[in-house]
Amino acid sequence: MTVLAQLLNGLQLGSVYALIALGYTMVYGIILLLNFAHGDIIMVGAYISWIALAQLGLHPIVAAILAVAGCTLLGVLIDKVAYAPLRNAPRLSILITAIGVSYFLENGAQLVFGADAKVVPAFTDITTIQVGDVTLYFTAILTIAVTAVSTIVLNLLVQKTKLGKAMRAVSEDMGAARLMGINVNNTISFTFAVGSALAGIGAVLYSMAYTQATPTMGIMLGTKAFVAAVLGGIGSIPGAVIGGLLVGMAEVLVSALGFPVWKDAVVYLLLIIVLIFRPTGILGRTMNEKV
Amino acid sequence: MALLSVSDLHVSYGAIKAVKGISFEVNEGEIVTMIGANGAGKSSTMNTIAGLIKPESGQIEFDGQSVVGIKAHQVVGRGIALCPEGRRVFAQMTVDENLDMGGYLHTAQENEEELEVVYEHFPRLKERAGQVAGTLSGGEQQMLAMGRALMSRPKLLMLDEPSMGLAPILVEEIFAIIKQLNEKGTTILLVEQNASMALSIANRGYVLETGRIVKTGTGQDLLHDDDVRKAYLGG
Repeated sequence: MTVLAQLLNGLQLGSVYALIALGYTMVYGIILLLNFAHGDIIMVGAYISWIALAQLGLHPIVAAILAVAGCTLLGVLIDKVAYAPLRNAPRLSILITAIGVSYFLENGAQLVFGADAKVVPAFTDITTIQVGDVTLYFTAILTIAVTAVSTIVLNLLVQKTKLGKAMRAVSEDMGAARLMGINVNNTISFTFAVGSALAGIGAVLYSMAYTQATPTMGIMLGTKAFVAAVLGGIGSIPGAVIGGLLVGMAEVLVSALGFPVWKDAVVYLLLIIVLIFRPTGILGRTMNEKV
Repeated sequence: MALLSVSDLHVSYGAIKAVKGISFEVNEGEIVTMIGANGAGKSSTMNTIAGLIKPESGQIEFDGQSVVGIKAHQVVGRGIALCPEGRRVFAQMTVDENLDMGGYLHTAQENEEELEVVYEHFPRLKERAGQVAGTLSGGEQQMLAMGRALMSRPKLLMLDEPSMGLAPILVEEIFAIIKQLNEKGTTILLVEQNASMALSIANRGYVLETGRIVKTGTGQDLLHDDDVRKAYLGG
């Protein structure tokens, strides 16, 4: 029983990491940017949940929709305001800008909401569900299910739809994509929108389980998800999911074995070991030089 | 009236002037070729027409309308397709997906029809429809790049060095297809280093040297011109 519970815990945490890692990997895939502000979008999503539930007393589903919509808009806005003007600048400039945006969001949140943690009220009264004689945590099941559905929908979007194919075309060769009639800027905005929407979903699911919003909560979450994305092979969508689940499982496993202090160290150790043997990550592709 | 008319076009990369005031025309139904050495400004001219580079000054009129200052993704919609140097197929996408991208501005229904036309010209692509483009041979990638450009149903097809890096037998095959496309009604602007091949199928040609047009004439005239023979056709 405890084994099953820990397994679900690991999958739950891993699912949140996976959702965030997807945003990292998609943005990296299309414009080769490590979007360090991505983790802070989760933080904003958690605050939106808090405002909607605790301040405005809205229905949880409305609160969740607001959080996802808010994150999506924020992601697109960040791209338009901070990154789009630097499209032709050296990659380092845009990377530094991402760090700047991250600080801006963290300090902005601290200014507006204060440094103390806000408690996000429960989205639902249901805490456990009974399957046969096994009791399962509802949020864990919900998180895993929502992540699975999100991943499948994302995969269909990228593989089958016109916009998804355009995203892949832009990520391979921006100039050639333009020659096809693809509006590259809109496609990049769309990528930010999708990645940020997934982060918004992650924010809601994370708030359900950990019920706190703080200005700096995005740093550790973002870093872990970034590790997950690199572990899985940055730029690879299935890689982000595998990486997220691995990192989540590793953390929970180490904690369950009685070494909770070591959980972060183990995650980074895992990253180092994988990168020694597979420098491009588990599903990462080696970039072939174009002839 | 000419389908494409370029006048006094100047293109620079920072301080480097790549195109120094060239003027030329392409009439409907023609094959027009631009020949010249590396760095003569051929690719720069094509990339500028396609909207990838902003010209410093000059006019580009297509089908009676100016296309200067229009973004590359909008130029395609006007009926100009560029098949770029080095092919630049989407290597990780399948042949079908590449062709689908070529028809990005058209409906799925229109693309299905056009796909049949493209497969007629390039039966090899049909055999490889589900294959990832990066695994194709150089000749097949060139066919894919041309097919992809055709999917946008261009009035003017610009081909930048279609023979680059291909075995002689494949070069002949590609040029035969270019002629065939032209006979079916596509106007073609062709940039080539393989001057003899290009001139032999072209109605007219322009010779470029360091950003200027130094000679023009029919394909046959240029093919037999002494200066051209010495400079580009190996005597």
